[in-house]
Amino acid sequence: MLDIERMVINMTGAQALIKVLEQNKTTTIFGYPGAANGPIYDELSKSTIKHILTRQEQGAAHAASGYARVTGKVGVCMATSGPGATNLITGIATAYMDSIPIVAITGQVSTQEIGRDVFQEVDITGATAPFCKHNYLVKDANKLVKIVNEAFYIASTGRPGPVLIDIPIDIQQKEISFLQDFKPDIRGYKPTYEGHGLQIKKIIKAIQHAQRPVICAGGGVIASNASQELLAIAEKVGIPIVTTLMGISAFPATHTLYLGMIGSHGVYAANKAVANADLLIVMGARAGDRATAQADKFARQAQIVHIDIDPAEIGKNLGANIPIVGDVKTILTQMLKHITISYKQEWTDNVVRWKQENAKKDSAKKDAPYVSPQYVLNVLSQLTKGEAIVTTEVGQNQIWAANNYKPTVPGYFLTSGGLGTMGYGLPAAIGAKLGAPDKEVITISGDGSFQMNMQELATIKQWGADVKILLFNNARLGMVRELQKMRFKSNYYATTLDGNPDFVKIAAAYDIPAEKVVQNAAVEETLKRALAYNGSYLIEFSIDPEESTL
Amino acid sequence: MAKHTLAVLVENHAGVLSRVAGLFSRRGFNIDSLAVGVTEDPNISRMTIVVDGDDYTVEQVNKQLNKLIDVIKIRQLDGSDSVTRELALVKVNANSNTRSEIIQIVDIFRAKIVDVSKNTLTIEMTGPGSKIAALEDMLKQFGIKEMVRTGTVAIERGNQVIRTEGSEG
Repeated sequence: MLDIERMVINMTGAQALIKVLEQNKTTTIFGYPGAANGPIYDELSKSTIKHILTRQEQGAAHAASGYARVTGKVGVCMATSGPGATNLITGIATAYMDSIPIVAITGQVSTQEIGRDVFQEVDITGATAPFCKHNYLVKDANKLVKIVNEAFYIASTGRPGPVLIDIPIDIQQKEISFLQDFKPDIRGYKPTYEGHGLQIKKIIKAIQHAQRPVICAGGGVIASNASQELLAIAEKVGIPIVTTLMGISAFPATHTLYLGMIGSHGVYAANKAVANADLLIVMGARAGDRATAQADKFARQAQIVHIDIDPAEIGKNLGANIPIVGDVKTILTQMLKHITISYKQEWTDNVVRWKQENAKKDSAKKDAPYVSPQYVLNVLSQLTKGEAIVTTEVGQNQIWAANNYKPTVPGYFLTSGGLGTMGYGLPAAIGAKLGAPDKEVITISGDGSFQMNMQELATIKQWGADVKILLFNNARLGMVRELQKMRFKSNYYATTLDGNPDFVKIAAAYDIPAEKVVQNAAVEETLKRALAYNGSYLIEFSIDPEESTL
Repeated sequence: MAKHTLAVLVENHAGVLSRVAGLFSRRGFNIDSLAVGVTEDPNISRMTIVVDGDDYTVEQVNKQLNKLIDVIKIRQLDGSDSVTRELALVKVNANSNTRSEIIQIVDIFRAKIVDVSKNTLTIEMTGPGSKIAALEDMLKQFGIKEMVRTGTVAIERGNQVIRTEGSEG
């Protein structure tokens, strides 16, 4: 692979694009064609890359994200200029907030026409600059190959994130010389992987001296594939683990040392452990507002260690006593070399007791007139052993899933943590299924979120993406309604979804078998039926509108 | 709040200025002034950005700017150890009665008259912001018709240089 073969071939920009995508190991693209990306699609039809036509461009971006998260590769999505490009925006912003590596490729009007407000023209590089890791408007066809290589490199290294490439149609058509094997070297972009030795020594010392240490794992642990190292350190020292929303699945949820998610929507034991800790090691997390609630009151008794690959995250939301910049996996590996055992038995015993004391009693009554979502998720955890790939939407369904489903495989819990995008779960599940066809993929949904991108049922049908859909239907926008209950004196407004369709019939229209479950007694049997079915399946659960999130 | 001067080396291509400016507005940072021009290397532009804010803000500005792929290097300049200059062009009312007095003031400030008409004088002034403010103050009495300023540019004193490839002086 290191053999740099500088073979020059003449080809069009579109041909070069497809070739360089193939070189970057792209095998699947999620997209939607249009006029301004016509030449790209013409070439795509001749390539080995599989193109998955979604039903809206936002679906393509989320699917690319789901695909990236389960494969560890860069997800690629494509759209035409103007409305095609703007429809990608929510997906790009979602990927940015959650640091997911995707490359978005948009068609653009020809270079001579840019700036004249021609048909389907929009300044997509300007529009996406605030929530892209980087973006490019290709003005010189000869730079196209270099740009695409850079885009993949930037998206997948350092703190991952989305990169957009906007390609005018004349650039796609222009004849260029293709120069092979370009190795990106960007002087303004040199991510740090190795942790500073002195800081590592300080962390080790802090761990040895701490009486009540806690590790808070964020999405960065999953992004850097550091779950094994995390497990090793936790077990060696006996450090309880809490996670952020993005960190869920970084540590096996069934493990004794796992306490659950922290924050305003987190669980009691996790928050109590953080509040009582004398050492908190935050890794691969930006300590966002939902995780810390109030940053100044967060872990007040603790000395704080902050490990992150993005230097800008250190000190942004959380003051750290021992900051360290670098890749979580690399740093944990460095730490493991020096750490000597000092198991904190008393502390772990305490913490585990808090966890057991406050474990929700399974109160699901078999004959209640509604289904308990917590019960559904508990049964699902047992049936799948937490090994399924689970995606969520946003709202009550997300928090129910976060606090009750027990994932055991790192990276197999896919949710929109930062942006909180309703409509993420279904297309992300499609992307995940196409990335890992042998895995069970389940999307946890609410009736509000499901209808945000319900059109993607057609994508499931067309591409045989076998996704199981668990739909919690309370005919409400449950989380907003709860907000209205608590903050606006129960003045419920615009949170009733009276126009809901019959979801079983909707599924049937796409040849997806579906059932409605109204009692807990039928939950287990129905879930088993759905999981055993070879193909997509939808289960609608009737949920009490008064059912609370926590 | 204190003013901080940042020297920022960036790739010299289209869109960089808008990325930098966009970052400031997006993150709620206040720019006091921003001046940009090409350096001795035609592929690199240098921005001098004067930021208004506390230490936390300046640290964040620094880190967030560093995250931009097009930003190559950032250095915070120490006021006492660097030369800062700004250029201003001032058009003031001037008639036969006031003209000589204005010229005297201009001389005292070591500024220059760059244009003259029957009822105006245009003055070019280079210096740190405070000196320009002082001149402006003196010229107010005659009536300033128009004034334009470049924003601050700054360079370190002595052997210190800011380069792209590790080889700093």
